[in-house]
Amino acid sequence: MAEGIKDKVAIIGMGCTQFGERWDKGPQDLMIEAFIEAIEDAGIEKKDINAAWSGTCYEEVSIGKSAIPLAATLKLPFIPATRVENFCATGSEALRGACYAVAAGAYDICLALGVEKLKDTGYGGLPQNDTQMGTSLRAAFPNFTPPGAFAMMGTRYFAQYGLSPDEGKRALAHISVKSHHNGAMNPKAHLRREITIEQVMNAPIVAWPLGLFDCCGVSDGAAAAIVTRAELAKKFRPDPVYVKALQISVSSGEELMFTDWDYAHVETTVNASKKAYSEAGIKSPREELSMMEVHDCFSITELTVYEDLGISPRGRAKEDIEAGFYDLDGKIPCQPDGGLKCFGHPIGASGLRMMYEMYKQLQGKAGPRQVKNPKFGLTHNMGGIPPVNVVSTFIVGL
Amino acid sequence: MVGITSYGAYVPLYRINRMTIYGALGWLNPASLLPGEKAVANYDEDSLTMAVASAMDCLNGTEREKIDGLFFATTTTPYRERQNAGIIATALDLSPEIRTSDFTASIKAGTGALISAYDAVASGSAKNVMVCASDCRLGKPGGFQEEIYGDGAAALLLGDSGVIASVEGSYSLSYDFVDNWRAAEDKYNRTWEDRWIRDEGYGKFISEAISGLLNKYKLTPKDFTKVVYPCLYVRAHADIGKRLGFEDGQIQDHMFTAIGNTGTAYTLMMLVAALEEAKPGDKILVASYGNGSDAIFLEVTGEIEKARKRRGIKEHLASKKDLGSYEKYVTFREILTIDTGGRGEEVAPTQQSTLWRERRMILGLCGSKCRRCGTPQYPPQEICVNPKCGAIGEMDSYRFSDKRASLFTYTGDILAFSPSPPAIYGMVDFEGGGRWLFDITDAELDSIEVGMPVEMSFRRKYHDVSRGIHAYYWKATPIRV
Repeated sequence: MAEGIKDKVAIIGMGCTQFGERWDKGPQDLMIEAFIEAIEDAGIEKKDINAAWSGTCYEEVSIGKSAIPLAATLKLPFIPATRVENFCATGSEALRGACYAVAAGAYDICLALGVEKLKDTGYGGLPQNDTQMGTSLRAAFPNFTPPGAFAMMGTRYFAQYGLSPDEGKRALAHISVKSHHNGAMNPKAHLRREITIEQVMNAPIVAWPLGLFDCCGVSDGAAAAIVTRAELAKKFRPDPVYVKALQISVSSGEELMFTDWDYAHVETTVNASKKAYSEAGIKSPREELSMMEVHDCFSITELTVYEDLGISPRGRAKEDIEAGFYDLDGKIPCQPDGGLKCFGHPIGASGLRMMYEMYKQLQGKAGPRQVKNPKFGLTHNMGGIPPVNVVSTFIVGL
Repeated sequence: MVGITSYGAYVPLYRINRMTIYGALGWLNPASLLPGEKAVANYDEDSLTMAVASAMDCLNGTEREKIDGLFFATTTTPYRERQNAGIIATALDLSPEIRTSDFTASIKAGTGALISAYDAVASGSAKNVMVCASDCRLGKPGGFQEEIYGDGAAALLLGDSGVIASVEGSYSLSYDFVDNWRAAEDKYNRTWEDRWIRDEGYGKFISEAISGLLNKYKLTPKDFTKVVYPCLYVRAHADIGKRLGFEDGQIQDHMFTAIGNTGTAYTLMMLVAALEEAKPGDKILVASYGNGSDAIFLEVTGEIEKARKRRGIKEHLASKKDLGSYEKYVTFREILTIDTGGRGEEVAPTQQSTLWRERRMILGLCGSKCRRCGTPQYPPQEICVNPKCGAIGEMDSYRFSDKRASLFTYTGDILAFSPSPPAIYGMVDFEGGGRWLFDITDAELDSIEVGMPVEMSFRRKYHDVSRGIHAYYWKATPIRV
């Protein structure tokens, strides 16, 4: 019987660059910035690393294929290194590789590093990639963008739960206002200013019904983690953060092609989170989780995640949102670092950036954004679009 | 008896008022003003997609495996090499055991294809031949042609059983009369002086062909219920019939002020309009124009009553939207080179080998249906997508293009590149099962809602100018009528 990963792996060091439009930095600079912070935080040297995982999604506008750019940039001494890619869940995928490698006992110390240099395309939004769904589907798929693919979830959610566009958009606006409030306190965040509900409501539409402030930042950045086997962790630091659960769920094609799925929730999130709670021994997430960083690529994504994680009842996330349940001083603060919305979203780095915030919060180092006595932190990292995607869920604790 | 067994037509949803064109460019050529409006193809339509639409209207439940020929007539083939009729046949999911040909380079090619289809069936070499005629011609901005040319298509099925209008005879004339021409390197038609065209060509050849036919079969104008011939000049059109001895009521309405001169499709579209009103026993005389003329003599049978249920000309004419701006028109026709932004410039190469392998899925919109659980699914699957089934390799091909559907959800995307923003797309659930994400076209965002019925329409998906690719796929549209 498989035992799962609970308490077998500890994170002993993390690094994260300033996210944003880093016009003056290339992907190599960003990797080095995150890496140096991570090894200094762990108190190790480069030679102590046994194996590495590199996460990048859009290699076309970033560092290129393979793990060679990581190894060659950091001058890793001929150690095993692997590049992983799983759409926007790439950063979590890199961390997953490193975690399982130390959990297997194959290595003592592993590095996971995610990086993305998005602001080299010459236009806004994510890079245009006609063939990202495959070459035959390219001929048989709308010329969609991520905002559009998630906007359809907004349209459907509003219709399914009887919300007028104004009511729906207003609930979503609360989410973005909350994340901007948190992000404004984060020196590493891409977007650091408070906004109002009215600003969100009046912003230009990007993809109906989502407006500008319903969409996350498109950013450059990198983040890194150093992991070790749990029994070695205290040798490095007194406050390592332990992996309690690590789950990933990938669409079966059923959502896109079989008419049962409602396009008002994300099936993989439901699957990954159920398994993660079971692995971590969490019975009631609403009562037991202390905080979380979820994949708020768009406000509607965050709203449905509340329900898919089993925290807010189906169709009623709006009530929790408006009651401040997910605010920094609420029952389960969500996106204490500003989330993808404000910290930014350099694809390959995002999963690791989420973990960076949970790690710092658990260690009590989050400054003005510090959540009181956190016990369990959850990260939810989603890649793809609602009908076809990858969701990775980590639960970590002290 | 051999003749027409079914008919269909297509007029694009959009119209542009000729005053709108004149308002934009009339200052260049003050004498170019014409009355009425003309039909204009949407940005994702061309002669080929309109031909498919008219053919879908014409098929109207016909068993497709019975069709053993498809002729496409147009002067605006998207491809000069790669048979356009073959693309239409694949889109219609016709059998590959079929003869296909493009009839082109003259606007009388529509009647040419019709006569050839008749000959094929009459000779016994084919049983059911589909003729599609379609055109989407460009007049140079500011010129007279730009006001004249309209876009549209017609389709006729020729066969020897269930004939609604038998072909009783024909008479053809061919002259190298160069009134309009377009060389291989030209985008727009060139033209000689109007007065010469009117008096020496248009005014003579139609009359000559009709007279030739009347003499050949010992008939007089009084024998015909309707005479159908295209309009190039409104007054000259009336004069031709009058001079031949036809009464006003016998002359089929030319629709010139409603759709314009639709080139190769024009005569056949007018014929479809005549058939919509025809009664058993009616005799119809059809004559085309273009480097001569073909005259055809048809006799309507009692079967005509069975062919009423289709959109044809009448319903398409009634369903229209004003395009509003000339700038939109020239953008849609790729006359105006717009700034697509960096996102619009990034077009990945099209893999012909993939298109060949997946031709039924992409051009034919065919998925599969599980023999075990009955679930239709798209794209075609080997392993059933129904989680309660999961059967492996128990699939039959299943066509979605002719299924009604409803819009499950949608968006209007400003970020995605589209020549007609916002890019509207959504998830479409088919009646009977199956779903997929499709672009939605011929629609405005504020007229769309969750749950609305939609139907499928064959459209140009993208035009990769740098690689010479017109890529086609299906989109969803609100139910047109």
